Amino acid sequence: MSLAALCAALMFFGVVAYAIFAGADFGSGVWDLLAGDAQKGAHLRTQIDKSIGPVWEANHVWLIYVLVFMWTGFPRAFAAMITTLFIPWLFVGLGIVLRGSGFAFRKFAETLTQARLYGAAFAASSVITPFFLGMIAGAIAGGRVPLGRGDLWSSWTGPTSWVGGVLAVLTCSFLAATFLASDAERAGNHELAVQCGKRALIAGVAAGAVAMIAIIPIESDAETLAGGLQGRAAPFVVLSAIAGLFALWRLRAGRFARARVGAVIAVAAVVIGWGVAQYPDVLVDHATISDVAGAHSTLVGLLITFGIAAVTAVPAMVWLFVLVNKRDWAGDSH
Amino acid sequence: MLAVDASQLMAARDQMALSLGFHIVLSCFGVAFPALIYVAHRRGLRGDADALVLAKRWSKVAAVLFAVGAVSGTVLSFEMGLLWPGLMSTFGDVIGLPFALEGIAFFVEAIFLGIYLYGWNRLSPKVHLRTLIPMIAAGVMGTFCVVAANAWMNSPSGFNLQTAADGSLKVVDVDPVEAMFNNAVWTEFLHMFVAAYMVVGFVAAAVYASGMLRGRRDRVHTLGFRLAFAMATIAAVVQPLIGHVAGMRLAEHQPQKLAAMELATTTEHNAPLNIGGFLIDGKVYGALKIPGLSSLLARGWFNRDVPGLDLAPQADQPPANVVHNAFQIMVGVGTALMLFSLWFWLRRRRGRDPTSGRRFLKMAVVAGPAAVLALEAGWTVTEVGRQPWIVQDVLRVRDAVTPNGGIWISFTVIAIVYAGLGTITYRLLRSMSRRWREADRTATDLPTPYGPPIEDDPRDRVEARR
Repeated sequence: MSLAALCAALMFFGVVAYAIFAGADFGSGVWDLLAGDAQKGAHLRTQIDKSIGPVWEANHVWLIYVLVFMWTGFPRAFAAMITTLFIPWLFVGLGIVLRGSGFAFRKFAETLTQARLYGAAFAASSVITPFFLGMIAGAIAGGRVPLGRGDLWSSWTGPTSWVGGVLAVLTCSFLAATFLASDAERAGNHELAVQCGKRALIAGVAAGAVAMIAIIPIESDAETLAGGLQGRAAPFVVLSAIAGLFALWRLRAGRFARARVGAVIAVAAVVIGWGVAQYPDVLVDHATISDVAGAHSTLVGLLITFGIAAVTAVPAMVWLFVLVNKRDWAGDSH
Repeated sequence: MLAVDASQLMAARDQMALSLGFHIVLSCFGVAFPALIYVAHRRGLRGDADALVLAKRWSKVAAVLFAVGAVSGTVLSFEMGLLWPGLMSTFGDVIGLPFALEGIAFFVEAIFLGIYLYGWNRLSPKVHLRTLIPMIAAGVMGTFCVVAANAWMNSPSGFNLQTAADGSLKVVDVDPVEAMFNNAVWTEFLHMFVAAYMVVGFVAAAVYASGMLRGRRDRVHTLGFRLAFAMATIAAVVQPLIGHVAGMRLAEHQPQKLAAMELATTTEHNAPLNIGGFLIDGKVYGALKIPGLSSLLARGWFNRDVPGLDLAPQADQPPANVVHNAFQIMVGVGTALMLFSLWFWLRRRRGRDPTSGRRFLKMAVVAGPAAVLALEAGWTVTEVGRQPWIVQDVLRVRDAVTPNGGIWISFTVIAIVYAGLGTITYRLLRSMSRRWREADRTATDLPTPYGPPIEDDPRDRVEARR
């Protein structure tokens, strides 16, 4: 493995982490949107606040990590990608702003009307953001982003992009519902846990179904990706399917903590599968890792940066996750 | 390179200026607020109940400000590519390293913010207090890294340019460490870092001063004012020195910027200092000239040359009026803030309490926005003073801007969204403060050894959820 390929792998590690952790945060927003009126949805919304409150900002940083790795390690690919996919990136940016601030504002809102308004901004943008991120992923994976300037619209509105967008929202919802079910169970709210478990089942089945149907458009629209998924990346696709089925099985049995492990593996495997399928392309069909790799010394610098992160940010993150998963953190602090 | 029309370029510059101008205020809180909270929290643990109230309240304020700061910072990172792909595609690997390191700082800050905010009553008091320390450290490192990238644009190093066979420029011999530790980095970093402490100190002090003006003279107010004002004072006293050193550097490395700041049309010995004034058709009007002072201040002695704008061809000169006046606002306000804060402590030492006078309190309220004004003016000097270059003498802004049209649309959207965000943030913080006040008046039993529960009044909650 070349130095550039190693850096690409580390960058993609960030993509996987973002898909799982921020994915679950986005998915929580999706359920927040569907939680019903203020009275009916109060329990779920409170649980969502508790579950993602301490972690969403840290999880969000993975996106910055990926962007920075890309522009530092593969600057020309970054510039091409963001110039061609200008419009979906604008929506992602807008979604991120409204999601984060809406969430923070709601926690301290004074009146119900205000809480509803901020909550709506948070929830709606939690759908928009992963949808457009999925479309961006689909555009790159579908080979529609050239190393230069692609079409502003058609490059991200192809079939693979739609698959990416829909699948992103569904997998986020699936992850979130399993996380919420497991959190609610730990907090002693069995009734809510069961409700979330049901939602997770629905989202999981829907995500699986879309993934299977998606084979048809991807076959014709994204040959390189399809070839990779059926070839080199096939083990990951299979692993994802097995883990997904395991998660659904455990959800049915009400074993939410186990289901969560299955869901994480399922999503991680499918994202890794995407990466493996398009390797060694950064921009599918247009630029390989070695085509667009930055200066050697900078790649070494990135590697060192990752090393520093591994001994500083990563242990801190582990501590945060350990804390929020402790029983006495699940309840109220006051 | 790509030719874009001028209005397109203007829209991109305006969008960047707005996004940066908005984020920079919030990022000051990200950098300096944890230190202020730490001071209050530590006092609180040593038995000062009011200090603990302050720490608790400030941590809720931080939750709001940091969230808005995190997302507005993300917008900036998008815009590096969305607006300036010409910079990122050519120099991404030269200036990427500090950004990557800043990513670590951002991670650390976000993680420990989560732990700190949710750690009340859950972590042991000592451990809980200490979770602020990584946030303070991340503020130092994050500022250094982001400013390093900006300083590199002012003083590019760590690479060579080679002309390829087809005439295009190619970046070679990249040394990201040399790029990061460029000539401008230390002064620019210190200047920004201290500015963050000034802004947070004066803004927080202004909040309590305005409370005292309304007759709320309880200890939470006086203590809150004093802690914040002390932090602001330290920063305000150090800042002019750092600024002076930063300015001295310019004569050699960015003479055009210095010329614009000083409104010097031509290079001269014993150059006069222009106070106020505008440049119209190459001549200075309306300036108060103090002979020799510009040479003394910018170069260290009277007989030294202050560079003039005419060093560079007309097309490569920064817009001197903007730079000059922004610079004078920064220096003027900064100096006034320093004198004002020193005066406060001198009076106090003589046993008088300046906060008993309404005039002082009014001035203290003004000092908050004034510090923000100085900050924005300073960034205007840095950024506009570099024009027309995005990378000084290497890459022009118009050669780096996106070829995509319609930037006016995204600029308008951002302007509307940020106006809304700013308004909501301001009003929300005021509403939180009002609710705290009302709880203070009504609640007689504020027990718990670890401080009174301030937010999350179950009544609010039920109300908000119903």
